[in-house]
Amino acid sequence: MSTKEYELFNRDTTAIIFGLQANAIQRMLDFDMACNRDKPSVVAVVNENKEGWHKVFWGEKEILIPMYRTTRRACEAHPEADVMINFASFRSAYRTSMKAMEEDSIRTLVIIAEGVPERRAREIRNKALTLGKTVIGPATVGGIAAGAFKIANTGGTLENILEAKLHRPGHVGFVSKSGGMSNEAYNIIARNTDGLCEGIAIGGDSFPGSTLFEHVMRYEANPNIGMIVVLGELGGREEYKIVDALNDGKISKPLVAWVTGTCAKILPASIQFGHAGAKADSNEESADAKNEALRKAGALVPKSFDDLDVLIKETYDKLVKTGKFKPAPEITPPPVPNDFSKALSEGLVRRKTEVVTTITDDSGEELLYAGVPISRFIEEGGGIGGVIGLLWFKKKLPKYATDFIELILVLTADHGPAVSGAHNCIVTARAGRDLMSAVASGILTIGPRFGGAVSGAAEMIKGAVDEGLSPAEFVAKMKAKGKNIQGIGHRVKSVRNPDKRVELLKDYAARHFNKTEYLNYALEVEVITTKKKDNLILNVDGCIGILLLDMMCELGFEKEELEEIIANGGLNGLFLLGRTIGLIGHYMDQKRIKEGLYRQPWESILYSLPKEKELETA
Amino acid sequence: MAKRGIREYDAKKMLSRSLTGYEGMVALMDPQTDPAELAKRKPWLKQKRLVVKPDQLFGKRGKHGLIAVDKSWDEAIAWITERMNKEVEVSSIKGELTHFLIEPFVPHEKEYYVAMRVGPESDTIYLSKSGGVNVEELWDEVGTIEVPVGEYLEGATVDKEVERHFEEKDRKMIREFVMELYELFVNGHFSYLEINPFTIVEGKILPLDTVAKLDDTAEFECGDVWGDLEFPIPFGRSFSPEEAFVNELDSKTGASLKLSVLNPTGNIWTMVAGGGASVIYADTITDLGFGKDLANYGEYSGNPNAEATYHYAKTILDLMTREKDPNGRKKYLLIGGGIANFTDVAKTFAGIIRALKEYAEKIKDIGVEIYVRRGGPNYKVGLQRMRNLGENLGVPIHVYGPETHITKIASYALSEQRS
Repeated sequence: MSTKEYELFNRDTTAIIFGLQANAIQRMLDFDMACNRDKPSVVAVVNENKEGWHKVFWGEKEILIPMYRTTRRACEAHPEADVMINFASFRSAYRTSMKAMEEDSIRTLVIIAEGVPERRAREIRNKALTLGKTVIGPATVGGIAAGAFKIANTGGTLENILEAKLHRPGHVGFVSKSGGMSNEAYNIIARNTDGLCEGIAIGGDSFPGSTLFEHVMRYEANPNIGMIVVLGELGGREEYKIVDALNDGKISKPLVAWVTGTCAKILPASIQFGHAGAKADSNEESADAKNEALRKAGALVPKSFDDLDVLIKETYDKLVKTGKFKPAPEITPPPVPNDFSKALSEGLVRRKTEVVTTITDDSGEELLYAGVPISRFIEEGGGIGGVIGLLWFKKKLPKYATDFIELILVLTADHGPAVSGAHNCIVTARAGRDLMSAVASGILTIGPRFGGAVSGAAEMIKGAVDEGLSPAEFVAKMKAKGKNIQGIGHRVKSVRNPDKRVELLKDYAARHFNKTEYLNYALEVEVITTKKKDNLILNVDGCIGILLLDMMCELGFEKEELEEIIANGGLNGLFLLGRTIGLIGHYMDQKRIKEGLYRQPWESILYSLPKEKELETA
Repeated sequence: MAKRGIREYDAKKMLSRSLTGYEGMVALMDPQTDPAELAKRKPWLKQKRLVVKPDQLFGKRGKHGLIAVDKSWDEAIAWITERMNKEVEVSSIKGELTHFLIEPFVPHEKEYYVAMRVGPESDTIYLSKSGGVNVEELWDEVGTIEVPVGEYLEGATVDKEVERHFEEKDRKMIREFVMELYELFVNGHFSYLEINPFTIVEGKILPLDTVAKLDDTAEFECGDVWGDLEFPIPFGRSFSPEEAFVNELDSKTGASLKLSVLNPTGNIWTMVAGGGASVIYADTITDLGFGKDLANYGEYSGNPNAEATYHYAKTILDLMTREKDPNGRKKYLLIGGGIANFTDVAKTFAGIIRALKEYAEKIKDIGVEIYVRRGGPNYKVGLQRMRNLGENLGVPIHVYGPETHITKIASYALSEQRS
């Protein structure tokens, strides 16, 4: 906090930022680092939508800056912060600025928004004058005290800032209307003097919160400033206050001034310059008249902007000769780490990745499935079977294969409400749970006894064939192990009541596959098992798994690839995917008909509890 | 942009909603208006004698013979038809007449004056019993009331001025009028309002000529007060196809792209990044005495993408390479700019480079010397690409960075022209 009247910012100044402007905050802290400040210049953020913490870099370390919902709370918690930088939009800049000025601890208010109504801007200034506070803006980039404190985005990138030597103070005070030209001005000053001490852009509006004249007078009072540079603009009469002060001998320091807009006389009157205030309503407000008045009053005014650099240099050199101050020494700034994304884009760093994907790429202009742009995939008539080929197996599958996959999805989509998956889904839906919960409860039922035998069947049959067992040997071996053969057996279907779905699958394979080695083997197994029991037929899971095996062999999948797919349960995925369609259907159905909570009827339950006595232990 | 003029028609509509006793009998004719339909909506048009004048943000209409007084409806229409879409010259600005205001003709004796203006520290109200065309000559008679920022207009203050200037019988009415008008002035975020003259007819205040400027940034506060109004483009400001094209580019992107062609046969063309810098280049060319040769004014800023920059550059290159200089001089293109804050210089140059490549042959044919100066993020890459381009195309491109004063490229080019 500064106590000197002429000083708005020093190396201890801290600010509260209204609005979560992550980039601006980071740039302020990076500047602090380059200046070797002890503490960050931003102590709090006001975010009307959210309180909590905002994470920023302080050098290479991350720190947290507290975030409050109101200016009041931020000021209470951080009474040492005497600057507020208000990033509120033009709509709310007035309200939030008036509030901020009511805080005793806020001494300087910066308003960034462009388009604050003039009448409101005038009220803001009036209140500031009444309360003895300083307002910079509206419609400004802010300003900078070199080597001490930087407002928001002033000065541009850190590279710009270091090139313009803003990380340490020189002896020149600068004030302009334009923020856009301030970077250029700092560059001109850095190249022709020992650098900037303080620079302020008051903003381009007609009624700025503080004026060129007021900042000039601050610079006049500041013993660290040796000379003053002013960049005015056509429109308004502000520069005449400087003229008066010069005439009254109130400005003792060399003052270099230029008023831009001398070209207005050759432009049609109807062209409006970028700034709201940049319009001369009378000849006195023209750039030529103001430049002439300043020149007469003793300001150093170049013939054109083109000579401004030379004039600044001459003025500075003369001043140094008087020995009033010693040129500021050059200071090598401490290194400030680059932002990772910036360094990456410039090829300065690399890092190991944490995640690898080989199937989808969303980082380019168009989404890629296994390298195929989705628009082309669709153009080529790709369907869901093709997508599965790309995303599951990373292969462009031929039509007979994608059709076969789609056939599987159709056949497995649902099998009525009585099967365990659908039942669980229905019970969950009726308990009032959401889509995700109901479908998940159905899916979680899928396993070796229900729908999950696809992979298992493929694995067992493939194992038997690879081992060279005859179907009879295989059945005997499984019996000896006391293991069920996966994919064999059905609760209701039997030899006399065949499963239509299995028929359809076999039929498709017969028509489209060149050979069905594994299916043939499984059917021989079925011949043996059905002799033992009528319902030990090749069921739909088994048939799917085994035919997928045949299909993948025919498509030339590598042996290892195939085994990996099976071992990872990949083939179960088709049942899972197909049945999800049915589960979603059941969920929607139950909701649609507004079924209430399901309760198992007592009469369908056998209660068989032990007697209490039986529980006693010895 | 703030401070924008509105049509007298819209101003009077606004007055009629705020002032006691003023009905706001006004009608507006533009090239699309169907007179029969208008007369049907506003029956008074056929019942009253009328006054007609253009309503296009320019004054001194009487002096230019552009007011028709005491006309019947048919006469008024004939008068308008004769002038609609015709070019006239007013105060050395040429423009097309497109909008006409029609009001009842009101014979009156007294002409009074009131105006209100926003100043840095106060609003100022001007009041005079001697209004009309001579108000400036009789400025000594004008009374002023200052309303400092943060204060309200006191009735007593108005009374004091009104007593000094107006007859007893009119005082109460004029006091009310000023109070109501000021309330509208404040609530409607006017930056300027002048009613010169107003008169009193049948015990009511009647505004005759009205000029109003609004602070357009206050639109979000003033929807209800303003009603449905548009900000017309200033009289005489028409857009060439190229300017209109750039306007459209500007409205389509979030960036800012501006172009005004000042003198198509000028030999100094500019393509400058940033509003502040564009003024400084135009200033320097003017101050060095070459204002008459400056062909265009404009700027691109706000990080336009390469596509937008390409179209912008192409438009300028196209304009400047259509014909050789009539005096056999070289043409100069200044691709200027200050030190950008965050704009990637190499990226914005990409669009310009594309356009330069396309026009390389024409550039050589016409004789164009190109000067580049820019700084900011990635400027070294951008400048190097410009240098390489010049070599590859065989076009003279002189390239400078932040080590060279921003406007030096203007003086380099102009000193060549001088010699």
